[in-house]
Amino acid sequence: MFDTPHSAIDERLSDTKIAAKKVQVFYGDTHAIKDVDINIQPRSVTAFIGPSGCGKSTFLRCLNRMNDTIDICRVEGEITIDGEDIYDPKVDPVQLRAKVGMVFQKPNPFPKSIYDNIAYGPRIHGLAKNKAELDEIVSSSLQKAGLWNEAKDRLDEPGTGLSGGQQQRLCIARAIAVNPEVILMDEPCSALDPIATAKVEELIDELRTNYTIVIVTHSMQQAARVSQRTAFFHLGILVEEGLTQDIFTNPQDKRTQDYITGRFG
Amino acid sequence: MTDITSEDSRKALCNPTTEAVRNSLSRRNRKQVLLQSFGIAAILFAMGMLFILLGSIISSGYHAFTQTHIQLEVYVDPEEIPADGLPRGGFNDVLAAAMAVHFPGIDLADRVAKRELTSILSNGAQFILRDKVVSDPSLIGQTISLSVPASDPYDQLNKGLVERDTPEQFRRIDDAAIARFDRLKELGMVSAPLNTALITNADSRFPELAGLKGALVGSFWALLVCFLISFPLGIGAAIYLEEFAPKNRYSDLIEININNLAAVPSVVFGLLALAVFIGWFGLPRSAPFVGGLTLALMTMPTIIIATRAALKAVPPSIREAALGVGASKHQVVFGHVLPLAMPGILTGTIIGLAQALGETAPLLLIGMNAFITSAATSPFDSATALPTQIFIWADSPERGFVSRTSAAILVLLMFLVTMNAVAIFLRSKFERKW
Repeated sequence: MFDTPHSAIDERLSDTKIAAKKVQVFYGDTHAIKDVDINIQPRSVTAFIGPSGCGKSTFLRCLNRMNDTIDICRVEGEITIDGEDIYDPKVDPVQLRAKVGMVFQKPNPFPKSIYDNIAYGPRIHGLAKNKAELDEIVSSSLQKAGLWNEAKDRLDEPGTGLSGGQQQRLCIARAIAVNPEVILMDEPCSALDPIATAKVEELIDELRTNYTIVIVTHSMQQAARVSQRTAFFHLGILVEEGLTQDIFTNPQDKRTQDYITGRFG
Repeated sequence: MTDITSEDSRKALCNPTTEAVRNSLSRRNRKQVLLQSFGIAAILFAMGMLFILLGSIISSGYHAFTQTHIQLEVYVDPEEIPADGLPRGGFNDVLAAAMAVHFPGIDLADRVAKRELTSILSNGAQFILRDKVVSDPSLIGQTISLSVPASDPYDQLNKGLVERDTPEQFRRIDDAAIARFDRLKELGMVSAPLNTALITNADSRFPELAGLKGALVGSFWALLVCFLISFPLGIGAAIYLEEFAPKNRYSDLIEININNLAAVPSVVFGLLALAVFIGWFGLPRSAPFVGGLTLALMTMPTIIIATRAALKAVPPSIREAALGVGASKHQVVFGHVLPLAMPGILTGTIIGLAQALGETAPLLLIGMNAFITSAATSPFDSATALPTQIFIWADSPERGFVSRTSAAILVLLMFLVTMNAVAIFLRSKFERKW
């Protein structure tokens, strides 16, 4: 069902897809992220957890340079994907974002048809030579996102007409359509009901065989369900990072323990 | 409700907050009623004023929508109008003869009597006959049926705007003239058809011949030039300022200036246009092209402000979505933000153009209030515009222009209402919900 990932060889050679070293983020005078070092493994799900305002979303947005769009935001330190510094002046954020897709908190389909939502990315990047190829990309993306059966008969209908959960899976399909290597998800289920959430979680679990997934979540249960590794952020600091089962059963840091046992956050 | 039965409600009443709220409740409700009635009074006042305004315009303007015509059987006398002399000929004499048929006592050799008789007809009647004969010379020697406008005083008389019981010396037409007109009426030669000349004729010294064609064409050219210049420039400026410009002291300064520019009195733009476009660039005076440029200067700030507001209203989630799949900044703006902002931009543009349509002062300064009797065929010909035409007519002494001024105002208002209705329609049709 899945295509062969295009950079499979690179990923097998190294156990690190994304490496961050001494990352600092400033919003004007606010020091939002302090000295974050993390290695994110390929083709697995890494969850960022932590209380509101801890910087997990900010850090996630550094990974595809989404913070560039905010004038007052400044990023220091080094972030590499496949060994390449993404903040190198030679790297164009457009190129980076084609490789590192993103799914947002609130489902945000374009006010266009379902087909055009998926086809937009491939169109602007010129990934399809003709209509047939584009059709193929659209159908395979919808299939990978588990939305094909629900959407195949209504490709011309507006994407905004779908239910919330379907919209979010449409957004995931849209991200997949440009064939990224990494998918960043910023609290993708926080606007969804439990059934839609379950579907998206199932989808995330399937996608990890082909993509490196980083997910920010408020729900510790969700982190425990979908991720292989978990990172706990607190007040802009990466407190602890490790295998999800270790973090939840045997946290090394007192703050992590307090958070996962519900003492704060 | 007032019965205190349970322990709980007694306790609630003893609660100091409940007590305080209850004491202040009637005062608060009174204030609310006062505020509401003030609002209703304000609306009623505004509606009343609007009603009076429209009422006065319509009551004086409706007279101009009909025009008194005289139906004549004209013998196109080859003696007076020889075929080889066209377009010259004694057209006036032919008309006088057609009139004299019905007044056996009048001797056409008497110049005063003849002038009095033909004064019933518009001065333009001879030209109507001339144009007809010139276009078809075979009419010479025949008797043709011709409907020509009556001159202004008789038009007023027919519409009941001349008081017959006013002493003769205070009237524009004397008793004999009224008698002659009444005779024509008895003969069934007087009619009052729809005044199509109001739209199909250009301006004239004679109210019965004056129309708005020149003004409509002038306004059209001016608005077209205004739109072609202010729409792309306004949108371009707004997109740059809103989406691309760095936010710093200079962009703040530009923003303040644009907002101030929108509030500059229009006469100032007229002076600027006079100095720059006509004085410096040497563009023709009274030309709709210059009018359009001037109106574009005025409309641009409105369009920039409306466009920026519309761009700002596009939810950031759409920008993020497009950026997230790797769209570049210009792809985000032109592929997503601009189409979504278009209803707001169009609404702002149409309202700006409607404002420009009604603008008078700058056009007066560049000479678009000239007396021009033919409609412009290009934006560089001399022309008037609707508001300046109203200005000219309001300034004219002939009685017939009073109702024509009001009629022209009604035409202008009709265009403004139509444009605003289009704006509302576009907004409701293309507005998207997220």
